[in-house]
Amino acid sequence: MATALSLTHLGSLMRGVRSVDEVGADERAASLAKRSIKKSSKLWALDLAVRCMDLTTLEGADTPGKVAAMCAKAIRPKAGDPTIPSVAAVCVYPLRIADCVEHLRASTVRIASVATAFPSGQSFTSIKVAETEEAVRAGAHEIDMVIDRGAFLSGDYQRVYDEIVAVKEACGTAHLKVILETGELGTYDAVRRASILAMAAGADFIKTSTGKVQPAATLSVALVMMESIRDFVRETGQPVGFKAAGGIRTAKQAIAYLVLTYETLGSDWMTPDRLRLGASTLLNDVLMQIDKERTGAYQSPDYFTID
Amino acid sequence: MDVRKTYKLFVNGEFVRSESGRAYRPDGNVNVPRGSRKDLRDAVRAARTAFPGWSGRTAMNRGQILYRAAEMLDGRASQFIELLGGGTRPRRELDQAVETLVWYAGWTDKLSQVTGTVNPVAGPYFNFTIPEPTGVVGIIAPEDDPLAGLVRRIAPALCGGNVVVALAAESHPLAALTLAEVLATSDLPGGVVNILSGQRKELIPWLAAHMDVNAIDVAGCTGDEIKTIEEAAAGNVKRVIKVAAKERSPYLVAAFMEMKTIWHPIGV
Amino acid sequence: MALTKKQTAELAKQVFEYAPAPESIDHVKIQPRYGLFIGGRMVEGHSKKRFPTINPATEAKLAEVVEADEVDVDHAVKAADKAFETWARLAPSQRARYLFRISRLIQERSRELAVVETMDGGKPIKESRDVDIPLAAAHFFYYAGWADKLEWAFPNRKPKPIGVAGQVIPWNFPLLMLAWKIAPALAAGNTVVLKPAETTPLSAMVFAEICMQAELPPGVVNILTGAGKTGSLVVTHPDVKKVAFTGSTEVGKLIQRAIAGTGKRLTLELGGKAANIVFEDAPLDQAVEGIINGIYFNQGHVCCAGSRLLVQESIAEPLLEKLKRRLSTLRLGDPLDKNTDIGAINSKAQLERIEGLVESGIEEGAELYQPDCVLPERGFWFPPTLFTNVSQSYRIAREEIFGPVLSVLTFRTPNEAVEKANNTPYGLSAGVWTDKGSRILWMAERMRAGVVWANTFNRFDPTSPFGGYKESGFGREGGVHGLLPYLELN
Repeated sequence: MATALSLTHLGSLMRGVRSVDEVGADERAASLAKRSIKKSSKLWALDLAVRCMDLTTLEGADTPGKVAAMCAKAIRPKAGDPTIPSVAAVCVYPLRIADCVEHLRASTVRIASVATAFPSGQSFTSIKVAETEEAVRAGAHEIDMVIDRGAFLSGDYQRVYDEIVAVKEACGTAHLKVILETGELGTYDAVRRASILAMAAGADFIKTSTGKVQPAATLSVALVMMESIRDFVRETGQPVGFKAAGGIRTAKQAIAYLVLTYETLGSDWMTPDRLRLGASTLLNDVLMQIDKERTGAYQSPDYFTID
Repeated sequence: MDVRKTYKLFVNGEFVRSESGRAYRPDGNVNVPRGSRKDLRDAVRAARTAFPGWSGRTAMNRGQILYRAAEMLDGRASQFIELLGGGTRPRRELDQAVETLVWYAGWTDKLSQVTGTVNPVAGPYFNFTIPEPTGVVGIIAPEDDPLAGLVRRIAPALCGGNVVVALAAESHPLAALTLAEVLATSDLPGGVVNILSGQRKELIPWLAAHMDVNAIDVAGCTGDEIKTIEEAAAGNVKRVIKVAAKERSPYLVAAFMEMKTIWHPIGV
Repeated sequence: MALTKKQTAELAKQVFEYAPAPESIDHVKIQPRYGLFIGGRMVEGHSKKRFPTINPATEAKLAEVVEADEVDVDHAVKAADKAFETWARLAPSQRARYLFRISRLIQERSRELAVVETMDGGKPIKESRDVDIPLAAAHFFYYAGWADKLEWAFPNRKPKPIGVAGQVIPWNFPLLMLAWKIAPALAAGNTVVLKPAETTPLSAMVFAEICMQAELPPGVVNILTGAGKTGSLVVTHPDVKKVAFTGSTEVGKLIQRAIAGTGKRLTLELGGKAANIVFEDAPLDQAVEGIINGIYFNQGHVCCAGSRLLVQESIAEPLLEKLKRRLSTLRLGDPLDKNTDIGAINSKAQLERIEGLVESGIEEGAELYQPDCVLPERGFWFPPTLFTNVSQSYRIAREEIFGPVLSVLTFRTPNEAVEKANNTPYGLSAGVWTDKGSRILWMAERMRAGVVWANTFNRFDPTSPFGGYKESGFGREGGVHGLLPYLELN
């Protein structure tokens, strides 16, 4: 479990964080995306992609029925095929946690809930803390929080930091993922700064996006975050996980994130304890690719359930 | 028995009828859309939307697309020659149009080498001047040279990264509207070039006064038209490009460009 | 319940294997033997001597080519001379169109060219596919555009072509070096006789086919295969008026001597020992990528390779740690595999040169680092290598290794970096890594090198002039400046 570092003079520390060269980062991400993963290694990767997936539904229109269907899919992604593993977790709004608890009780699938006035984060700290506490009480094993971008972008790093610390405390034994909302931060420099801030404040995972803002996860942003994790782990010895969320729709993209993780952070991160992909439609594309590898024929969406 | 073509306006990468539904017959038995001020408005909007993407492409990419337009136009040589009335003069006009596209295709990645500069200022500063496209350019085709004359203006405007709203020659609009088909198959993104047919005295005032058009090329205009245009252009300090009709030069491309100068200190 | 600790540990131990991802080569037909390209046709040639070209990754023979002799060289130069009469008088826009055609044909046959390049030379397919071939096509496209615009390139001048250009190119970027030579020569109105390197003739042979497909007038381009002797015959032929050579400084000097007093125009693009300078404020992870790209791209067979890392002492330790870690992710192996980062060394001779210099590094007292690397049994291979504890005086810091070997030195201040970077008879390129704009410009001003890369490395573009200071040669290729060597500015 991650603990917060004691930090003074947070503002000037943040302003001293090393910058990131945008063009260089984009080039490195693009060259990793060119890796060609075939046959047995592709199957291994697709299997890992499923095991690392946070199957997500975050809509105003979510109902107990919708969530029940998703939970069933989370446990058994492909009807009648026990060789496909369960996903890592489901990700839902706080009000839907209770609906998940019964369905997932006998499975390995964890319950992650968003909290802290997701997705905007534009609310009071007390509310965010209370929401977190209630979510954990309702049965959430993991909390995905958003950072206060208003505070971050206006340079009030202390506020961002204190809020993460408070939410972490409210989590108790639940794991905390901190969403940076990289699409709003403007530069890779800011992404690096936010990553380090979140990790210093005790994040167990740092996460790219809410999925509600474009651009969401990109390989470049993921690379910058992973490099920040690598540096942080080297300094403190404290491992931190990475989650990419938003805009990952195809198996090819998912594999690109796995390659990125493997070559940046190493094999220790190739596990759901340290790597997650937040997605909804991705799962079926991964299943289709698995069947294509197994049978040699391109697949049709008609054969995969939509839950 | 021929399946006759319906001639349409070319706006935002699509072939559309005039929103006004009107038509006119400048060229015998063919109905040509009579573009309205609203069509013009839509064309300018499409051009503006397309501008960041087009101007943001690499010079080489723009060059390749202009060259592709030459490939497509050359492939339709006989169609255009027939459209223009057949014979040696149309043949020459078509060849000139193709050559113009090839010529300007080769300028995209050289323009800044010839019109840009590094300036040796008297101080520890690195100082350079680079040309940048001005934005949305209005082009009025010359009546007497409906194909090659129009291409001679569109190509340099595109070469520098500008986007275009062009008015086809009123009396011979078919070549311009068919040129649109060539452009549509040349990997040119939608909205980068828009071509409208219609009446000059109706459309020119709206184009000249449009606050979101950055420059207007008047090589195809009469003296009186130019005076009216210049007066209207003052409304947003439009650049009025008066370079001669048959001029072929990188400085014609530069006429559609702004020059930006950048300073940066040199120090450890 | 979550995965057990045991399950997690098991998962974590699994290494992500990238299964073989071979580029398909069944669409490529390499002929068993090739002739010479003279006067617009492939001809048998006068010389009866032939030699094989092999795939350095497998040592398998790919084809046989001719070692052109004096008679062949004479035929080719005469063909070029004859063609020059018409080619120079052709309307410039026509010359442009031939060059545009060639550019488009290269694009159309790009995958075939990439496969041939990789098989003949040993470089990874992802490099030939994504760098060499596209740049070659782009080079022809750029210069095609100049053919009918020369009066704007040089104010107040009426440029004229020179005549027959004799061109000798190296084995590290065969098709790209061919493009760098032929495109500006033709655009300016000259005709050429080109000799590709002895170990990499094949992409030039495909290029000959492309010239025929483009219906280029016969004799405008002539290609003679051969080794050093053939090259020497080409550059010393009395009817060759302009000589262009890219290769080692040693041979460059030989050529300069050999044509002394003949009045032939000459450009040389020779070796280098570039300093890649990293300041303490550099974006570190991107700097690491730049260093890697600088010396391991194309197995370090790059004249402008960043073979000396000059790192500011204050960040040497973290930088080296990242660098060593990054070396371990480089994949060495079959160049035709799409995931290969480091391909084969071009020839046995080159491998021996690299091994010799690396030996000297160890002997002189530098500290060697190499990641764990499985070298294939057949073929010529060398693992990515870096030396720390290097002094300016060591051979590995002074001599061009032309292999995947990086020498690391440190500096304390910008002035010291400048001094050390310039302290070499070479002057082809330099790299500067810093977050500070004014420092980039200050350093660039002081580098005695023809190309300065700031916060990037090994970037090439047809519009961008490339060439060296001092013993790295003279003359520029690319950009407007690249036209000058091929013109008489009247």
